[in-house]
Amino acid sequence: MTQTRQAADAIANDGRGKFPKHKLEELRGRGYVMFCVLLLIVIIFSIVYFIASRGLTPFASQGVSVGEMIGGLKWSPEADTPRFGALPFLFGSFATSLLAAIIAAPLGICAAIFMTEMMPKVGKNILQPAIELLAGVPSVVYGFVGLSVIVPFLRDVFPGQGVGILAGGIVLSVMILPTITTVATDALRSLPAGLKEGSYALGATRWQTISRLVIPTTLPSLMTGIVLGIARAFGEALAVQMVIGNAPHIPHSLTQSAATLTSIITLSMGNTTSGSLHNNALWSLALILLIMTFLFVFVVRLLERRVKHA
Amino acid sequence: MKKSLLVLTTLALGISLAACGKNDNSNNASNNGASSSAPASAAISGAFSAAGSTALQPLVDQASKKFMDLNKDVTITVNGGGSGAGLSQVAEGTVQIGNSDVFAEEKLKDADADKAKELVDHQVAVVSIAAVSNKDVGVDNLTKAQLVDIFTGKVTNWKDVGGKDQKIVLVNRPASSGTRATFENFALGAKSEDLPDSITEDASGTVRKLVSETPGAIGYLALSYLDDTIQALKYEGVEATAENVASGTYPVWAYEHMYTKGEPDGALKAFLDYMLSDEIQGTDVKDLGYIPVSDMKVTRDVEGNVTNK
Repeated sequence: MTQTRQAADAIANDGRGKFPKHKLEELRGRGYVMFCVLLLIVIIFSIVYFIASRGLTPFASQGVSVGEMIGGLKWSPEADTPRFGALPFLFGSFATSLLAAIIAAPLGICAAIFMTEMMPKVGKNILQPAIELLAGVPSVVYGFVGLSVIVPFLRDVFPGQGVGILAGGIVLSVMILPTITTVATDALRSLPAGLKEGSYALGATRWQTISRLVIPTTLPSLMTGIVLGIARAFGEALAVQMVIGNAPHIPHSLTQSAATLTSIITLSMGNTTSGSLHNNALWSLALILLIMTFLFVFVVRLLERRVKHA
Repeated sequence: MKKSLLVLTTLALGISLAACGKNDNSNNASNNGASSSAPASAAISGAFSAAGSTALQPLVDQASKKFMDLNKDVTITVNGGGSGAGLSQVAEGTVQIGNSDVFAEEKLKDADADKAKELVDHQVAVVSIAAVSNKDVGVDNLTKAQLVDIFTGKVTNWKDVGGKDQKIVLVNRPASSGTRATFENFALGAKSEDLPDSITEDASGTVRKLVSETPGAIGYLALSYLDDTIQALKYEGVEATAENVASGTYPVWAYEHMYTKGEPDGALKAFLDYMLSDEIQGTDVKDLGYIPVSDMKVTRDVEGNVTNK
């Protein structure tokens, strides 16, 4: 420690004549930041390259067509004539994440309104830490709670085995609640105070102010929170895998066994040997997930642009 | 700027030092433990890792700890990851032992068949799989034909196989799972389908939980997972017990393999010999619910042909 400091001082002292100390610091700091950024870029590109190179192999050299993968209904990778239709998983992924957003968005936005507009003190001291705590719970715990509480409950109330999109959506809605609430709270807090005061000055009630002014003004930011929540739900694997049932078919009801892209990847990845067609097809599913995530990021960017224009 | 950099370096140094300290401690602890047990037979040393089958992992884990206590200079790392990952990694040389529930030839096919030829098979235990059902289905024995009908979706109600009037719910393992392959090969004699409305789970604990709680559920589990929350079904009237497996009357079983790339030597060979020694086969193998290879009165080859020893 002291050695580092001495060395640093020595370099600084040596160069004092022609090279001022603050310039050296500037250079060092810049070098460090540049190194980190470069490393980050290399890592990101390696990940994309790795997933793409594995995920494209089934299409490029193993005779699977893109159309079959995206539009096919039958997934039987270990059969004598393997089939790789991933449409049921795409359906399952979208259905569970949208359902989770439908459940979590009103809860999260109401919580945010409560914390910023109605009782900021209670919100800041109790509700917000409590909701943020939800983000720290490991997903296997959510999965197990879902399996032990939600699935038996759904099985008793609805026909079917309890597993399925409804169970997955409920588990995911709790998991994405912190994302939606945090983004919504930040958006509501950043609203200029003058706007609300103006509304009150015109004689509007608190409810009128919230419903006609606060929500419409912050809507793009609220939407950003919801899209981020959907993106998180889309990529979640373990908790969903435990409660959704994982049958590779499009279900006819919300309480019938279904599967998502992530649940199929986590189920089968370890049991297949790398380089086999089945394994590569799983990488193709991962590639689809990656592309979907890109799309979600793109949507968030678009929404952010709208915020700036507004 | 400078201060923050210093803080960063301190943090980095601190973390790496702490990590070193931890390693030292754990090494010391295991060394101390070793000195109290029997002295090592010969001074063998080395470090290697095993990965693969999660079904075999508890046994290898336990045996490696015992082995490291006996031989202070050997370090063995045991990971899971699944049979396929284990076979891939041992073929690529990333790990020295690849644990697998199935023969390497069954997983490394077609273009990878050459890789399988380089691997040497060490069969360390036998795992048997029983069909299990929810306790209230009213059936405790199924024939092969009935099982096939159930797992291909021809029969969907328990009353058709002599039980209650209740819908059958299939709880399967993933198509690539070694347990499912064993069940399909030796109980059904055919591939099963992933039917609509069936449930697929990868973890045996989850399968057991779902079968015990879901009315009308049927699944299959290794004998080590059987308990009184579920009902083990007889197969063609034969109960799934270690004795019946060893004598060859109960056919639904498979070897647990530990593959090495080429013939093992040194510490690796010593460890694999240790796995087959009475010390492991007689105690840990049985305690963890596997069947010792030495007990088996029949053998089976890669094609599934069973012969008397």
